[in-house]
Amino acid sequence: MNVPSPAMLSAKNFKSDTKPIWCPGCGDYAVLTSLTRALASLGRPPEEVAMISGIGCSSRIPAYMNCYGFHGVHGRALPLATGLKVARPDLTVIAAGGDGDGYSIGGNHFMHACRRNVDLTYIVMDNHVYGMTKGQSSPTTEPDWDNALTPGGTGVRPFQPLVVALASGANFVARAFSGDIVGTADIMTQAIKSPGFSLVEVLSPCVTFRPEQREWKDLVRPSPVPATDDPARAARRLMTDDGFNIGVLYTGQRQPYRPKGSETEKSLDALCQEFVI
Amino acid sequence: MSDARQQRMLLTGNHAVAWAARLARPKVVPGYPITPQTPILEKLTEFHASGELDAELITPESEHSVMAACIPASLTGVRVFTATASQGLLLMHELLHYASGARAPIVMANVNRTPASPWGFWPDQTDSVAQRDTGWIQFYSESAQESLDTVIQAFRVAEAVLVPTMVNHDAFYVSHAVEPVEVPHQDVVDGFLPAYSPPHRIDPQNPESWGNVVTQEMYNRHRRDLGEALARVPEVALQADREWGALTGRSWGIVERYRCEGAATVIVTMGSMCGTVRDAVDALRQSGHAAGLLKIRLFRPLPVEALRAALVGVPDVVVLDRNYSPGHGGVLHQELRAALYGIDKAPRIHGLLAGVGGMNVSAERIADLVRETVVGAPRAESVWVK
Repeated sequence: MNVPSPAMLSAKNFKSDTKPIWCPGCGDYAVLTSLTRALASLGRPPEEVAMISGIGCSSRIPAYMNCYGFHGVHGRALPLATGLKVARPDLTVIAAGGDGDGYSIGGNHFMHACRRNVDLTYIVMDNHVYGMTKGQSSPTTEPDWDNALTPGGTGVRPFQPLVVALASGANFVARAFSGDIVGTADIMTQAIKSPGFSLVEVLSPCVTFRPEQREWKDLVRPSPVPATDDPARAARRLMTDDGFNIGVLYTGQRQPYRPKGSETEKSLDALCQEFVI
Repeated sequence: MSDARQQRMLLTGNHAVAWAARLARPKVVPGYPITPQTPILEKLTEFHASGELDAELITPESEHSVMAACIPASLTGVRVFTATASQGLLLMHELLHYASGARAPIVMANVNRTPASPWGFWPDQTDSVAQRDTGWIQFYSESAQESLDTVIQAFRVAEAVLVPTMVNHDAFYVSHAVEPVEVPHQDVVDGFLPAYSPPHRIDPQNPESWGNVVTQEMYNRHRRDLGEALARVPEVALQADREWGALTGRSWGIVERYRCEGAATVIVTMGSMCGTVRDAVDALRQSGHAAGLLKIRLFRPLPVEALRAALVGVPDVVVLDRNYSPGHGGVLHQELRAALYGIDKAPRIHGLLAGVGGMNVSAERIADLVRETVVGAPRAESVWVK
C-alpha cells in the first residue's frame, strides 16, 4: 500500500483489513484506536513499528494492525519483544497483552523486563479476568469475585502491576482507561517516546464476563498530581491509590539497556586507532 | 446397561472425565484453564463447591506450575488429578520427565489440540505423541464413555506401577460432543480403586528426599527401574480392564480388534478417528474388501506383543496418523514399523497423514484411501492425504 509521508500518517495507516472478533463493547477496540492514533502522531511509518503479543483476547491485536506483528506464545510477549529490540534497536517495539498473559503465566518475564529496562512499551489491557477461556480469575481479579473455577473467589490478594513495575525498575509507569481514547493515545505517545521500559496499564472492560466493569467509566478520574520522578513518592502514590487514578504516574531517569554490540559499533574509530602502528 | 450400580447421563467427553476424576477421590487438583480442556476443571470445581468432591483445588499461574504442584502433592501419598491441552502440555514438558522420574502416579487428562505456531484449536495428537519419551503411560480414548472408564482405570494402573498416566481424547470430537454415558456409583469405583498407599512418601515422621544428584551408576539403575515398571503396564492394564469389565460390563483392551478376522487390510489408528474407521471398515467389507480396524488404546508403553499378535500375517497395514513429526512423518507409522520389524510374515506397512491439523476425514474417504493405498508398494515416508 502507499504509505504517506510521516507528517501525513493517520490512525488508518496502522489498521489492518482484518476485522476484530472481540465481543461488542470490549474495551480493546478503543485501545486499538488509541494505539493507532498514538503511532500516527509519532510519525513512525508502519514498517518501523513491531507489535508483539502473547495469548488471550487482547493478544490478537497484532492481527488488527498494519505494521510488523508477532502473535507469540502464552506469557512470552516480553521475551520476544526483548529479542527483537536488541537485534533491531532502530524499530519501535511494542508488546501488548492482557493481565492473564502478562501477570500470570508471564509474570516472571514482566519483572525481569522492568529490571532490564530495554526500550520497549508494554501495553497491558487489564480486565481482571481470563476472557479467552471464558471467565476465570486472573492475578488482578478481586479476591471475592465468583466464577466457575474459583466459586466465591480465589481469596488471593490481587497482583499490583504498577508497584511491581516500579520496584523492578521500569522507567515509565502509567495507567489509562480504554474509554478515554484521546487520553490513552496521549499516554501511549509519551510511553513510546520515553526511553527504557514503559508500562501502560490500560483498564479495558470485559463486558462479557465482567459486565459490572461498565461502571469503570464513572470511577476513573485524572490523577490529582502530575507524574513524579521520585521513586519513593511514586511508591507511596501507587501503594495508596484505589486503582482508578489515570495518567502518567512515574517517569524515571534510568539509562535504558543498550546492547553491547551498539557500543562497539560507536567506538569503531577508536578501536581502529588502537591498531595503528 | 443401566442398573443399580450405574446411572446413565448425557455428558460431554470433558464432563465424563470430570466425573471419573471425582469418583477416583483425588485429594489435590491443581489446574490452569486452556481451551478445550477448561470444562473438565470447571466441572470438578462445581463438584467441589457443592461438597461432592473433597479435594484441594488450586489454580497456579501456569501449566508448568500446575505440574510442579502435582508432583510433591502426589509424593505425599495422595491421589492427584489434573487436566490440560496442547500448549499447556508442551509447557509442562520439563516436569513430565520429572514426574515419571520421581515415580509420582499423577493422572492427567489431555485434550488433544494442535500446537502452535500457527495457532489453532483443532483436534490433532501431536501435543501428546511428542511426550512419548517422558516416561508417562499414555492412553487414547474415542468416546466420552471410554474416557470416563479410562481415567478410573488410569489411577489403578498408575498406582500399581508408580508411573504417571495421561489419558488423551481429541478436541471437540470427544471433548465437547454429548453422549449417553454410564456413570458408575461411588461404591463400584471405591471397590475398584483401593486406597492409595505408596511404599515411600513425603512424611515428616519418616523423612526421605527426592530428586537428589546421583552417580552415573545410580542414574542408570533408576532409568532401568522406570523401564521395568513400564514393561509391566500392558499386563497390569489388561488386568484392571478385565476387572472393570466384570464390574460394569465394559472393557476396552489395550488394543482393540474390530472385524480383523481374515482381514487383507488392517487400518491402525487411535483416538476419535477409530469411530469413523469402523464405518469405513463396514463399507469396505460390504464392497468385498476384507478390512479391519486395530485401535491402539495404550500407546505408551507401546504394546508390541499385542500388536505383533494382531498383525502377523496380515498382508497390508494402513496407519492413519492425526499427528505430524516434521522431518519424519506420522508417529504411529514410525512406531508400527519399529514394532513389526523383523517378524516372520510381517505386513506391508503404509503410513497416511490423515486429519493432521484437525482436517475432517470421512468414512467414505478412508475407504477410498485404503483401496488406493494397498495396490501400491509401501512408501518409505508417510503420505499426506486429504
